[in-house]
Amino acid sequence: MGGYVLRRLWHGFLVVFGVTAIVFVVTRLFGDPVALMLPLSASAEQRAAFAAEIGLDRPLVVQFAWFARDVLTLDFGMSLWQRRPAMEVVFERLPATLLLIGAALGTAMLLAIPLGIAAALRPGGLVDRLVVTLGLVGLSMPQFWLGLLLILVFAVNLRILPTSGSGTPAHLVLPALTLALTPLARLTIMLRSALIEELAKPYVKTARAKGLSAGRVFGVHALRNVLVGFLTLAGWELIVILAGYTVVVETVFAWPGLGLTALQAIQRGDLFLMQAIVFTIAILIVVINIALDVAFKLVDPRISLE
Amino acid sequence: MTAALSPVEPPLLEIDALSVTFDTRAGPVEALRSVSLVVEAGETLGLVGESGCGKSVTAQAVMGLVDVPGRISGGDVRWRGRSLVDPRNARFARSLRGREIGMVFQDPMTSLNPLMPIGAQIGEVLTRHLGLTKAQARARAVDLLAAVGIGAPRTRVDLHPHEMSGGMRQRVMIAMAIACEPALVLADEPTTALDVTVQAQILDLLADLQQRLGIAIVLVSHDLGVVAGLCHRVAVMYAGQVVESAGVEDLFARPAHPYTQGLLRSAPRLDDAPERLVGIEGAPPSLLDPPQGCGFLARCPIGDAACAVPPPARPVGPGRLAACVRPFTPAWGDDRSVIDERAEARR
Ligand SMILES: Nc1ncnc2c1ncn2[C@@H]1O[C@H](COP(=O)(O)OP(=O)(O)O)[C@@H](O)[C@H]1O
Ligand SMILES: [Mg+2]
Repeated sequence: MGGYVLRRLWHGFLVVFGVTAIVFVVTRLFGDPVALMLPLSASAEQRAAFAAEIGLDRPLVVQFAWFARDVLTLDFGMSLWQRRPAMEVVFERLPATLLLIGAALGTAMLLAIPLGIAAALRPGGLVDRLVVTLGLVGLSMPQFWLGLLLILVFAVNLRILPTSGSGTPAHLVLPALTLALTPLARLTIMLRSALIEELAKPYVKTARAKGLSAGRVFGVHALRNVLVGFLTLAGWELIVILAGYTVVVETVFAWPGLGLTALQAIQRGDLFLMQAIVFTIAILIVVINIALDVAFKLVDPRISLE
Repeated sequence: MTAALSPVEPPLLEIDALSVTFDTRAGPVEALRSVSLVVEAGETLGLVGESGCGKSVTAQAVMGLVDVPGRISGGDVRWRGRSLVDPRNARFARSLRGREIGMVFQDPMTSLNPLMPIGAQIGEVLTRHLGLTKAQARARAVDLLAAVGIGAPRTRVDLHPHEMSGGMRQRVMIAMAIACEPALVLADEPTTALDVTVQAQILDLLADLQQRLGIAIVLVSHDLGVVAGLCHRVAVMYAGQVVESAGVEDLFARPAHPYTQGLLRSAPRLDDAPERLVGIEGAPPSLLDPPQGCGFLARCPIGDAACAVPPPARPVGPGRLAACVRPFTPAWGDDRSVIDERAEARR
């Protein structure tokens, strides 16, 4: 297991390195960072001085070597927008994003389990049809639209929750709900069909023939067998949220997290901050993947980590 | 005098005119049509018949495992005289499962939970029914593994099913079924999914357990050879009905029902030359709309107009029942020699 984790870390390092290299290439080769980062009014001398300051007058290879060295020390340079180290901005904004995603995915998983079970207990029954219908509605609803709808209902009309911003637990409710809906729908529908399939398997009949309680047949035998599939999907949802959905929702609700910051960095042409954010997200995704693999191994002894 | 006064002991298991219907899209499938069987304590009953004739449904009905779209549409199952079908006895029925009645399924590859160590799967029966602690259950599971012939049980108890062979897994299934020393084990084609050599070992194990522990066994099989070696009595099923039941010697010596004769005729033997293998022509009738009269009529060489009314199972000898208007008539007259020869070989 230790060897496996080391190997995965090495693969993860390669992935992060690849992502960083692509960001490097895209920003240096397909655009003029100086033009992007300095205001239009900057003089030619100012431009040249700035280019020299960030090393743009050196050969690309040298630039990349410096860049890679900086990455290893988590030094992505100064954020031009915020006038402080880019990584400092990232570390400041990351907790808000992690809190939002944690609340959203946690809610989705905690609700998906009872809903999926309730639906699977009586396939085709009233509860099942209700859950499946709501699930499909949830899946087909765009997040920015749902977010605006929730703001309209709960913040503008009912005035029971703040429209945007952060600071109190009440601020977290609407963005977390918005972000939770799609994963909740997908996880519920997946859990429902996986459970229905699982309950028809012979080992469930064996468990029943042993006279075990329905709760044990369901919870200990069937549910655990669908857990790997459930966790796989939850991990995938986490990655999708991290790599995209959170940008939409943080923007709609002005949630001061990494997603909103990424959008602002792009709007302001703050390449160094962009690089730091992309790098951080790549690292997170690699870590999530390794954690999931280890979790699978703990759930299912048949999964080999070799 | 006292014998006359003492109440008659009800049989261990009595299946009484049991009907099971599956409500499918195409219509109601009458999987069991008034099946009656009796299993006495300590005896082995063979349940044979072609695939699809209702053997598994019978076993599952006893275990309360008939699921939607299936339902018990008539009759009763009684355990020592007490109904298991009556909803008021649901608790009683549940308390028997795993404790008084153990079940062994056909496919040991899929019948064990892949995520749970086998020791824990055996142990949970013991904690459930006998109130053992986890540690006690584990120790007992080791003993049970040894009892079903698994070597090095102390280390194997922690293995997962995928780390064992098919034969081993079936031994685990048997260990689970006998864990609470039940009075009855239902074994539904316990050897069908196994290699021939392993099949023999599993059958020996069942015979051995039966003798040692005095367990009654219902052995479901489509293979007459399996049944012949192990069973005291045999019930032959066809199209959801029991068409003949008899002691094993009697059945092989003088099959009463043409279907039984056909089965005996077509049972392969090791020394059979390929041309000696003869099947029964045709296929069982659809249970969606089963025939009014004898279900075997369409395939029976001696069937005629008299068979168009349902033949009730009636006594055709001591301890024998057959549902045929012409019991013991050689249906495949010219091949009578084949049957005699087989009966001879089986004795
Ligand atoms: N889930 C089901 N849905 C519909 N029909 C079923 C179902 N299970 C069993 N049956 C019917 O019951 C009949 C008997 O099945 P079974 O007892 O499994 O046969 P076997 O004798 O091979 O064990 C089948 O022919 C089939 O028509
Ligand atoms: Mg069967």
